[in-house]
Amino acid sequence: MSEQPIDRYRRRLLGGAVAAGTLTLAPGVFLHRIAAAKTDAEPVTSIVRWGLLVDTGKCSDCTACVDACREEHGWHGHDRPRSDAQWIRKVELRDRSTGRRVSLPMMCQHCAEPPCVDVCPTGASFKRADGIVLVDKHICIGCRYCMMACPYKARSFVHEDLTDQKPHSPRGKGTVESCTLCVHRVDAGQQPACVEACAQDGGGALLFGDLNDPRSAIHQALATFPSTQVRADLGLDLGVRYRGL
Amino acid sequence: MLRLLSALLLLLATLPATAAEEGGRVPLPVIDSGTAEQCVEPVEFMRRNHMELILHQRDETVHRGIRTKQQSLRNCINCHAVDAAGQPVSLDDPQHFCVSCHRYAAVKIDCFQCHSGTPEEGVPGVVGAGAWSRGLAMESAR
Amino acid sequence: MRTRFLEVDTSKGYLLLLGLLGALLAAGLGAAWIMEHHGHHVTGMDNQIVWGLPHVFAVFLIVAASGALNVASIGSVFGKMPYKPLARLSGLLAIALLAGGLMILVLDLGRPDRLIVAMTTYNFKSIFAWNIFLYNGFFLIVAAYLWTLMDHTVSEHAGRVGLFAFVWRLILTTGTGSIFGFLIAREAYDAAIMAPLFIALSLVYGKAIFILVATGLFRGTGRELDTSLLSRLRVLLGTFIAAALLLTAAQHLTNLYAAEHLAAEMLILRDGGSITQAFWIGQILLGSLLPMWLLLNPAFRGHCGALLAACVLVILGGLATMYVTIIGGQSVPLELFPGMEISSSFFDGEVIHYAPSLPELGLGLGGGALALLVVLLGVRVLPFLPDALPSSAAADD
Repeated sequence: MSEQPIDRYRRRLLGGAVAAGTLTLAPGVFLHRIAAAKTDAEPVTSIVRWGLLVDTGKCSDCTACVDACREEHGWHGHDRPRSDAQWIRKVELRDRSTGRRVSLPMMCQHCAEPPCVDVCPTGASFKRADGIVLVDKHICIGCRYCMMACPYKARSFVHEDLTDQKPHSPRGKGTVESCTLCVHRVDAGQQPACVEACAQDGGGALLFGDLNDPRSAIHQALATFPSTQVRADLGLDLGVRYRGL
Repeated sequence: MLRLLSALLLLLATLPATAAEEGGRVPLPVIDSGTAEQCVEPVEFMRRNHMELILHQRDETVHRGIRTKQQSLRNCINCHAVDAAGQPVSLDDPQHFCVSCHRYAAVKIDCFQCHSGTPEEGVPGVVGAGAWSRGLAMESAR
Repeated sequence: MRTRFLEVDTSKGYLLLLGLLGALLAAGLGAAWIMEHHGHHVTGMDNQIVWGLPHVFAVFLIVAASGALNVASIGSVFGKMPYKPLARLSGLLAIALLAGGLMILVLDLGRPDRLIVAMTTYNFKSIFAWNIFLYNGFFLIVAAYLWTLMDHTVSEHAGRVGLFAFVWRLILTTGTGSIFGFLIAREAYDAAIMAPLFIALSLVYGKAIFILVATGLFRGTGRELDTSLLSRLRVLLGTFIAAALLLTAAQHLTNLYAAEHLAAEMLILRDGGSITQAFWIGQILLGSLLPMWLLLNPAFRGHCGALLAACVLVILGGLATMYVTIIGGQSVPLELFPGMEISSSFFDGEVIHYAPSLPELGLGLGGGALALLVVLLGVRVLPFLPDALPSSAAADD
């Protein structure tokens, strides 16, 4: 290259343009980073609201979501269907007047106004800041009032001694449990096990993401296509929505 | 009658003293800290305050989603529930790190009614190398 | 004319009864141990029927406990003199029944070792938390009330403390009814009427149990019993049963009117098998109509046997009512998708059948045994029972 005098004006212009562009984009990038995955030491905030969209049109007879959840959290059951835990189940529907059939998974709906949280005497049933409804099994006394209160029969009680629990999913006799939206995975920036399994082995009917983030796939899907909440008349503002009902 | 009663009481009162000796009824705990080189806090601190750490941190984790490795029960188990050879120790084994001390001190813990007491497979330091636990020591050093 | 109060003497019959109840209590504690040790899978309660026979007994005892205080309230709060001598027994019975009911509830918990957590960590949006607070408060307030009744140095406070106890027990029973009334999820509950209904039921059960216990204690210890007082109690009980029946009718008729609740009502009133039988035969016929006839029919006036029979029927009917409310309410499938037939591996859409187990029955009866034991021991140790009831001629308001 031949020697050229340094054009300070051009440098300043370029520098200013880059700075302006960074300042414009940075908040979006920063917020998106927070929304996508938090570090281990950060507490959860309500900036994010985790949600799940079930597209019943893509849901078939398979039980990939149920099997994945069972494997992930270890609720294998003891061949006692009435008392075995079921965090998620496939529900088969048939319209009485038209005969149309629908299949969908039903799990804890992670309500914004959870009746289970309202009725728990010790506060063990609680809603995390990011919308995930959980049971703090350290203070659960096993009264099962939350099971009476849940409109979706989402909660299960552990009726027997357990061994070989999954390290990431503690569960024990005498406490109540339900779908955690795979909180251990979500906190690590991953998807719930059912969503992954459906994408891999099922119909790709489950979409997980941040309901508050206007750029998330789930937010855009909810804004574009009609969707419903189960038992919407109860006014609980659910985190799980269904499409195609 | 009264003399018999007081003699009995005296006998019962001296029993604990005899039990704690070597060769007494209750075996002293085996403190085998596995392959870990250093715990998240100094040993003296942990001896007296590990329960406070556990009781406080669990709320931070469950309610606020704070999952630092230094104060994770899973990591405690991964480090401590192995013997010096890196082999996992079962909860039924009286030589299990938590079980042996708690049995001696007669302090009942219910952690393992829900939590897994076995270390996770595939985590370095469980079978074989102590590289991961060494890394943990570096992490926790301030 | 001052009433003289005396402790009960120990007799062979007393010791026999004590032993019997002790055995029953031990069986209850043994049942609780089995449930706690093996887990609830040994019971008939599961993820579909969450609360079972123990809760039927427990809620019955707790509802009766607040009603048992009624006799004392009539004396202290409403100033009806003839009832004042019975106030101490009324307070003792209230405490005893509540203790029995709470014993069942606590021992049925999945983690009864966390009772301290339940008593120190409160979520005050939960009516359950309020109930824990109200039940413990009830013990303290009735104990204070008994103190004002039994210690003449503080007896001038009896009226005020009695009023406080009366109001507290109304709030407590409202809370107990609201345990079910606040469940928005279930068709058979979710009704404001459950609170006043439970207050009416408490008056019925409490009074019936009181009459039986008082009669048993008086007769058993050879004390004179005033029949005219019993006659007044008879009319009162009959009236309370009518009130409870009215509120029950209002609840069911309202639900029948709404298409939304029709399925639940049909299950209880017609299609529920054992639930329907418990409702019509247990709750309505034996628990309400027959006792009302025995109590209010002038032909039975002065007939002690009819009164006692009515009380026994009321208690059986009360247990049946709790069975219909608690078990029947849970048997109704949740309507997740109106207009759709639903099926799943978790028994969605199905009417759930409940089969009680022996440990549950043992625990329930054990709670009842505790209540009676507390009464028996109480009257032995402290002067709860009047030596003889004054005749009604001497004490009229």
